[in-house]
Amino acid sequence: MSFWVRSATVRHDDVLALDDVSVTVDPGSVVVVVGGDGAGKTTLLRALVGELVLERGAVHAPPPERIGYLTAAAGSWPALTVRQNMDFVGGIYGLSGERLERRREALLARAGLVEAGDRLASQLSGGMRRKLGFCMAMQHEPELLVLDEPTTGVDPVSRIDLWRLVSEAAAAGAAVLMSTTYLDEAERAGSLLVLDGGRTLAEGSLEDVRATLVGSITVADRPHRAEWAWRRGRRFHECWLGGEVLADDVIAIEPDLEDVVVALSLKRRHEIGAAR
Amino acid sequence: MRAMIIKEFRELRRDRRTLGMLIGLPLLLLVIFGYAANFYVSSVKTAVVGPQATVAAAALPSFFDVTVVEPGDGRTDAETLLRDNTVDVVIVTGQLPALALVDGSNLFAAQSIVSVLNKVGTDKVTTEVLYNPELKTSWVMIPAIIGLILTFIGTIVTSIGLVRERETGTLEQLAVMPIKPSAVILGKISPYFLVASIDMVVVTVLGILLFGVPFNGNVLVFALGAALFLFVVLGLGVFISTISQTTGQAIQTAFFFLMPQILLSGMIFPLDAMAAGVRWIGYLLPLTYFTMISQGVMLRGASLTSLWLPFLVLTVMAVVVFTGATLRFRRDLAPGRRRGADTAEIVAGTEVPSAS
Repeated sequence: MSFWVRSATVRHDDVLALDDVSVTVDPGSVVVVVGGDGAGKTTLLRALVGELVLERGAVHAPPPERIGYLTAAAGSWPALTVRQNMDFVGGIYGLSGERLERRREALLARAGLVEAGDRLASQLSGGMRRKLGFCMAMQHEPELLVLDEPTTGVDPVSRIDLWRLVSEAAAAGAAVLMSTTYLDEAERAGSLLVLDGGRTLAEGSLEDVRATLVGSITVADRPHRAEWAWRRGRRFHECWLGGEVLADDVIAIEPDLEDVVVALSLKRRHEIGAAR
Repeated sequence: MRAMIIKEFRELRRDRRTLGMLIGLPLLLLVIFGYAANFYVSSVKTAVVGPQATVAAAALPSFFDVTVVEPGDGRTDAETLLRDNTVDVVIVTGQLPALALVDGSNLFAAQSIVSVLNKVGTDKVTTEVLYNPELKTSWVMIPAIIGLILTFIGTIVTSIGLVRERETGTLEQLAVMPIKPSAVILGKISPYFLVASIDMVVVTVLGILLFGVPFNGNVLVFALGAALFLFVVLGLGVFISTISQTTGQAIQTAFFFLMPQILLSGMIFPLDAMAAGVRWIGYLLPLTYFTMISQGVMLRGASLTSLWLPFLVLTVMAVVVFTGATLRFRRDLAPGRRRGADTAEIVAGTEVPSAS
């Protein structure tokens, strides 16, 4: 069964946090929500798990017993050990005895946390804490797994570990909705939702999202129009939305997700600026 | 430095709690110490019993506010009036000199009464102080301090415990778990309830052993009063956690609740000596009623029947404060929570697309 948020509008005081946003997550698939700060990623995830009230729209989700949720915060109790955290959350989800122990140790082993099992959560590194949070969210084998920026602040090796855990959860049948600000890792998701300022910029597969961008992306040693260019490594990428004459020293490239998201965001901000 | 000063003012302007404390606290202290800081009791409730009760009542100085005149009653009835806290002093007539029985559990009133009666002269009246014959301060302070310790644990420690969940982001985690908000609250406060109860027993026993404070009443009545009072202060702790985002804010807010209880509950300054307006603030504070119960049970051996008023007030406070705090906490914890159905569909607003 698919789970979804339809036409969600959420307002925080006077700020429109989500404006008519929809997303659907199928069992066994991973949908990644991407966007910059204040894009509405966390708000969308919280709407799906029932943690906030929609102004308009609809949500279809399993009851809390069958949802696993990792918040953007630590997600674990700092004064409890790794195993005590797992036991506490497992207990709330109705796990006990041998079943709880088996599941806990299996997850800790997959996350590489067995050795740290008796350490306080407050003594773990950022990456280990996020992996613990993931294990806690996965402990009861939820149908819907919602992960809010699980890899933010995590080193590259731990990010690989976390993505392996996410893939395993989806392979086991969970519907996974997660957010990230790392666009390189988001490319591996089956489906993407690109948000900016609470609105949908693009959605679908990586190819669908690429197709949303009309125009071309170029690379050069210097920017030609500063407001349409951004730096990547030592060079500048620039978007040309059509109609402009390309400069002589630029090379057109096949844009990756980061290029597409930045270009779509710039386009939207220029449209908003022009409307004012 | 100019930039630092401007930054500090901007932060202060937005930190309304600290601003309120900076402005409100001096005013509060001024009012409290101006109107409440008074150890001298100007008038005491008095009963006159025995054959010459009517004549004696008329002859008493105005310091004695005679509220009961019973010519048919004797010493036993007089002691009952004191134990039930109906009056502060009973003049027993029918003998020469007359006997003045004074309630020593009301320390400052008792001190004033003894002072006034000494001036009347021992040939006209002899004085006998009951429940605290040596008028020891520790005897009246320790029952009140038990309440203060419970208030400290109930408000400050409990609110910090709950706010810490908010600070670490684990409250958000709990909000989406299949656990009822009431279970979260009860699970959080039960350890504090237990620790506070142990503290109460330890302080009471130490008070008895070290300071010789008597325990004349029924332990169960005392325990019931303490339990009711704990519910009130734990409710206050939960309430404080719902209006605080950080531990610092929780401590600051709890301080606002704690300080008036110390100064206006009758623990330090006698309620009878306070100006009427400030005294009524004291009557709104739960510690005032717990102190009535603890001093009544420990010193006077007062019964549940004679302490009906503080028990009733604490019961009403417990229900109101705890329910209100729990509802606020529930609202914070699970604004969009859905339960019951196998899968749930939450629909808001008017334009809802059909489900696939």
